Amino acid sequence: MDAATDKLLDVSNLSVAFHQGERQLLAVDRISFSVKKGETVALVGESGSGKSVTALSVMKLLPYPSASHPSGSIRFEGQDLLQLAERDIRRIRGNRISIIFQEPMTSLNPLHTIEKQIGEALLLHQGITGQAARARTLELLTQVGIPEPETRLASYPHQLSGGQRQRVMIAMALANEPDLLIADEPTTALDVTVQAQILELLKDLQKRLGMAMLFITHDLGIVRKLAETVCVMKDGKIVEHGPVDGVFKAPQHPYTRALLAAEPKPDPAPLQPNAPLVVEAKDLKVWFPIKRGVLRKIVGHIKAVDGVNVAVRKGETLGIVGESGSGKTTLGLAILRLISSQGPIIFLGKTIAGLKFKEMLPIRHDMQIVFQDPYGSLSPRMSVSDIVEEGLWVHHPKMNEDERQTRVVRALRDVGLDPETRFRYPHEFSGGQRQRVALARAIVLEPTFVVLDEPTSALDMLIQAQMVDLLRDLQKRLDLTYLFISHDLRVVAALASRLMVMRHGKVVEEGPAAELFANPKSDYTRALFAAAFNIEAAPLGVVGE
Amino acid sequence: MDDRTAIQIQTRTTVPPVDAPLPKRGWLSPINQRRWQNFKANRRGYVSLWIFAILFVLSMCAEFIANDRPLMIRLEGRTYFPVFVSYPETAFGGEFETAADYRDPYLRKLIAEKGGTVIWPPIRYSYNTHNLDLPTPAPSPPTWMLTEEQCKTVAQKKGLSGCRDLEYNWLGTDDQGFDVVARLIYGFRISVLFGLILSLISSVIGVTAGAVQGYFGGWTDLLFQRFIEIWTSVPSLYLLLIVSSVLVPGFFVLIGILLLFSWVSLVGLVRAEFLRGRNFEYIQAARALGVSNAKIMFRHLLPNAMVATLTFLPFILSSSVMTLTALDFLSLGLPPGSASLGEMLKQGKANIQAPWLGITAFMTVAVMLSLLIFIGEAVRDAFDPRKTFR
Repeated sequence: MDAATDKLLDVSNLSVAFHQGERQLLAVDRISFSVKKGETVALVGESGSGKSVTALSVMKLLPYPSASHPSGSIRFEGQDLLQLAERDIRRIRGNRISIIFQEPMTSLNPLHTIEKQIGEALLLHQGITGQAARARTLELLTQVGIPEPETRLASYPHQLSGGQRQRVMIAMALANEPDLLIADEPTTALDVTVQAQILELLKDLQKRLGMAMLFITHDLGIVRKLAETVCVMKDGKIVEHGPVDGVFKAPQHPYTRALLAAEPKPDPAPLQPNAPLVVEAKDLKVWFPIKRGVLRKIVGHIKAVDGVNVAVRKGETLGIVGESGSGKTTLGLAILRLISSQGPIIFLGKTIAGLKFKEMLPIRHDMQIVFQDPYGSLSPRMSVSDIVEEGLWVHHPKMNEDERQTRVVRALRDVGLDPETRFRYPHEFSGGQRQRVALARAIVLEPTFVVLDEPTSALDMLIQAQMVDLLRDLQKRLDLTYLFISHDLRVVAALASRLMVMRHGKVVEEGPAAELFANPKSDYTRALFAAAFNIEAAPLGVVGE
Repeated sequence: MDDRTAIQIQTRTTVPPVDAPLPKRGWLSPINQRRWQNFKANRRGYVSLWIFAILFVLSMCAEFIANDRPLMIRLEGRTYFPVFVSYPETAFGGEFETAADYRDPYLRKLIAEKGGTVIWPPIRYSYNTHNLDLPTPAPSPPTWMLTEEQCKTVAQKKGLSGCRDLEYNWLGTDDQGFDVVARLIYGFRISVLFGLILSLISSVIGVTAGAVQGYFGGWTDLLFQRFIEIWTSVPSLYLLLIVSSVLVPGFFVLIGILLLFSWVSLVGLVRAEFLRGRNFEYIQAARALGVSNAKIMFRHLLPNAMVATLTFLPFILSSSVMTLTALDFLSLGLPPGSASLGEMLKQGKANIQAPWLGITAFMTVAVMLSLLIFIGEAVRDAFDPRKTFR
């Protein structure tokens, strides 16, 4: 076969540099790979490895001129995209090559209906309007599995769920039957159950339409499921590439090996049936009123948490799992009394429900929380030292400077950070390090009970595994009790001694984690486990969407 | 392939001994250092800042530059500082107990006869010094524009040879016979001071009001917003007319009146920043630590809102300066006789035959506002996280 025509996309020796003032940052360093017709190539790597930048440079969507290509070429059917004028690029972009972005919440225009968004893609490249466009749009929506497409035509993005929005994005990308589809982490922002469905859909569509796919992800499970060829990227370089089977069976590069070994090791804290209760909440309810009309009459409630019983014993980890919108985070916040709720909450033998903010103050140092987003949970304008010592100022206002510094240094050491770095600002740290800072802020007060609200979901696989080890280590050393909220079942399996599955604000199933994982009772739990561990879509009706 | 990669993956850092010397923090945080670099990278704004700073500092020393009192007099072994202290004429051997008029030829002669030395500022007029020896009727053109014909009378009266020996009015005089340069310096000072004070106070009030609204939201926000809507629809110029007919519109009265309406300009901005910021996870984290509302607003949210505020401030400053100038131009501003740019513009309009009045005032206002706008642009660039310079 002729090698030149066989390759649909041929990237050779490509570099991408970003300029900031005098400094020049090389984001992608002389990489080469190619995509054949109908093939799926996966680009894998941690955040900052340059995989998204590579994808965007294929589309020429980088912020030129602050970005530039010092070397290389991107040949699409033999034509070098880097040399093309902007006008010619536009003819290829969205027509021959399409892209799906990660964030379905922001990649659709909130002011346009679904029909208009898809219609625009048709109008721009094929000049189809009116009835013909509508018919094609309906066909596309059916293709991507949107139920009742006729009624959805006039919907706005906010009326759709995350998974449906991503389906609309896919429909837009497919509108002109592209030869190459670039998927930039299309399922990262979605729930595991929805992720499985979307991946299924992509695989199916690719087979039917015979298009090639460049799939960008950090999740090796997806690669194994979807791709034929894999390129492993690190620090802007492709360190290893080859057929998926070969790379997974016999990884050559130490980084690939580390990546493959980065599964969090299951070793949860043992059950403590006789230990005293740290937190107990009975029939906990968080209802948000829906108000209508001029007089703001309450016409109903959104039941975020609806009659949940929680009991955590000292030294245990209670894992709470569920899809987004199931009320996990709300439950965590309610237990810490950060949002108002109904129902008794007993913390270390003391009823705390109904206490005022000031009355809660003496108890706060015993209950702490670590949030999901390591970028959002640290104030960008405070140094690490300021962030960690803030709690000490509140709870021990009379503590002298030396002691405070000692406590801060000790907390930073406990989470594995160099105390020397404590006058730096959060933006100088990586995601994993920032999450360690957030953890240090929690443990500097020597709490008994820590709520961990998806502390690992924003982190790369390698860092995730390290974080899980750190959390387990801290639990043993400092005798902590965790409430671990996550949608990532692999991480939960590694940490939780008891498990609670939530859906629509209610508990679906609960019990000792080992038992539950081995023998899930409800259909929902089974579907969740299948999606998470095997990336298998559940039959219709069991999960959402 | 090397094995170093595998080692680098371990992000755990080695921990140094406890009593190792700790690094000191710089006085400018890295973010602010970057901003300062960005600010400097905008050459026009940076140069404008320097020019403006120099002009401002100079105008602050207006008394030492343009004054009808000498800086220092040395007379019979005693040192006088007329620029700071008001001396009676008798102190120098005159006849009256009234404050000495150092420009009076009689007094000058007295001091000269006693062998005293007088050190004058570069310009011997203050903003309210009448030039009594004008060669032409006021407004009189700049001295260097005068013909010998015009100078003759005054020169003869003073026993001088011609125009060149006269005391210079570099930019002429206005229709009161006041020196334009002196009025310019004092007018610039009062304009900038007025603008600074007004924009600082209105920022403080505006930021506080916006912060409270944005942070607490709900009813507080709703009622406050409605109040502001009603408040801003009050026609401020009419109110100003009414108030100035009751009170004498001095410097602080004017600031007070303008403050009533100018504080709202920042409220919306800061409110929006706080509304956005109060749901950040680090605000939640601070609440989980038990940090009080006031402290959260001050330590965590305010720095975020300050970016928007500081970016806006130069523009608020220039609009405050403009407001005062406009009021003075309409004779609603500072009391008659005070030096101000608006008053000078008004004179320029009234005396078309004396172009030096209009041109001077126009140039000053134009340069001052341009400088402020350039600085404002550079500040905006400095705070823009996505701005890159090539």
